[in-house]
This record gives sequence, structure tokens and C-alpha cells, in this order.
Amino acid sequence: MAQHVIPQKIYILVFVTLLLLTLVTVDVAFYDAGWLSLYIALAIATTKATLVILYFMHLRYSSRLTWAFVATGILFLVILLAFTMSDIFTREWLPGW
Amino acid sequence: MTEHQATYLQHHFEDADQQFEASTLGMWAFLVTEILFFGGLFLGYSIYRSLYPEAFAAASRLLDYRLGAVNTAVLICSSLTMVLAVRAAQMGNRRPLITFLILTILLGSTFLGIKVVEYSHKFHEHLVPGPSFHLLPAQAGEGNDPQHAQLFFAFYFAMTGMHAFHMIIGLAILGVLVYKSWQGRFTSEYYTPVDITGLYWHFVDVVWIYLFPLLYLISRS
Repeated sequence: MAQHVIPQKIYILVFVTLLLLTLVTVDVAFYDAGWLSLYIALAIATTKATLVILYFMHLRYSSRLTWAFVATGILFLVILLAFTMSDIFTREWLPGW
Repeated sequence: MTEHQATYLQHHFEDADQQFEASTLGMWAFLVTEILFFGGLFLGYSIYRSLYPEAFAAASRLLDYRLGAVNTAVLICSSLTMVLAVRAAQMGNRRPLITFLILTILLGSTFLGIKVVEYSHKFHEHLVPGPSFHLLPAQAGEGNDPQHAQLFFAFYFAMTGMHAFHMIIGLAILGVLVYKSWQGRFTSEYYTPVDITGLYWHFVDVVWIYLFPLLYLISRS
């Protein structure tokens, strides 16, 4: 079949990076970064998720149609989260709340 | 080759590549619905965490982040063995395929075993939402409503429980794959079930990659 066989050392490299990022995220959680700590944790998690999706789920080597499917899923997730949270955060702006 | 192809190539596909592409795309379509399914849980958690930040922070400190971190590492290891199983299947190596599938099952079971330990601690500490939920004043934190902590644990059990449920389904599918590999059903020309099970398994890993910091970590400092 036409699917591309990825060298084992790339998988090992991704695996080691994922483990190191797990250590980093646990470690930085104990520094008092205030409101930033949420965004640091999310940035590390998103880096890890991207590595898993691109290499372990071999999206990097997949068709453009597959990319379009994944992008659609992420787009609707962002709409779900961003629109709802913008509602929650701006309710206090209105008098009577 | 042609004789073998006849056993797995469905008549409505042009060739094996097209059939493979359709199968993986179908799996991705399912995973997109899963993104939004878990997205709803993450959204509910985000809303209530933003409404009761202090109570949620105090409640999340009652989780054992060490067990969560170990489980994250276990799950990452299982993703590595899964991807190596897919690679072995791509190259038509039957023995390594079976070995890596079994290793993935063992690591997945280890994850669930650690989860059982965590859950049983929560039952003993009366932190499971319901009539027996009971929070000591020191655990709730000053000025926090224990009901809000109960809400945190409702999200904790719903989210990690749904995640564990996905793992159990994944383990059952992996068991079937071991059996089929044993029978020699997969070759370098046909290994679609191994590939799409890999996609599912890694997706479940991605969900945990977000669950771990959001539930265990972000209120430690």
C-alpha cells in the first residue's frame, strides 16, 4: 500500500519529547505564574497534542481531505468554546447582573 | 497477490489504496464528533471553573497529581507501542505486531489500574458526588461553598470516567486485533483495522493530555 513507513527514530524522538513536556508541565505548575499558569499549561498540552496528531496519527503524511476534516473539527470546537465563554465573561457588563 | 486481494478488497472500491483512504477518513470523521463530544465536557468544566475559581482550585488540590503524572507517562508509552504496532503491520512483521499490541494492552490496563486506585481513594475520602459527599472545612478552603467542590468532583468523575470508558472500548478492540494478527489476517497490503485502531487510541491519549493539566495541575502554585 502507498502509505509511508516513518523511521522508528522519529517515533522515539516524539515519544521522548512528550515525556519531557509532561515533566515540564508538572514542574511549572508549582511556580506562581498567576493567571498565566492556565495558559502555560494549555500551551504545553497543545504542543503535545499537535505532536501526537502529526506523527503518531500520521496526519503530516495524510491527504489534504483528512487535513480538512481535522481542521473542521478544531474550528467547531473553537466556536463552541470561544462563543460560550465570551458570553459567560461579558454578562457582568450588562446592568442588572 | 490478486487472489489475496480478493479476500479484503470490497467490490465498490477501485483499489486497496482507495479503500484504505476511505476507512481512515471515516475514522477521522468519527473522531471529529468525539472532539465535540469531549468539547462539551471541557466547556462545562470551563464555565463552572470560571464561576467558582477558588472552590475549584481548592478541590483540584485534593487530587493526587503524582498518580496523574504517572498515568500520563503510561499513556504516552502506550501510544508509542501502538504506533510501533502499526509500523510493524505496515512492514508485514507479524511477531512484532502481536508483541506491540499486547504491550499496548498491558500499558492501557496499567492506566486503568491506577485510575481504580485513585477512584477508590476518592470513595474512601467521601469525595464522590452524592449523598455521602462530605468535605472537611480545611479541604473546602476558607469561604468556599462545599457544593461547588462537589460540582468539581462531578466534572472530575464525568470527564475521567468517559475517558476511561473509551480506554476500555479501545482495549477490547486491541484484544480482537491480537486474535486476528495471530490468525495472520494482516499483511503489508492490508492492515486497515490496525491503523484506524491506532487513530482511536492516540485520540484518547490526546484527550488525557488536556485532562491532566486542567484537572490536576492548574491550581497548584
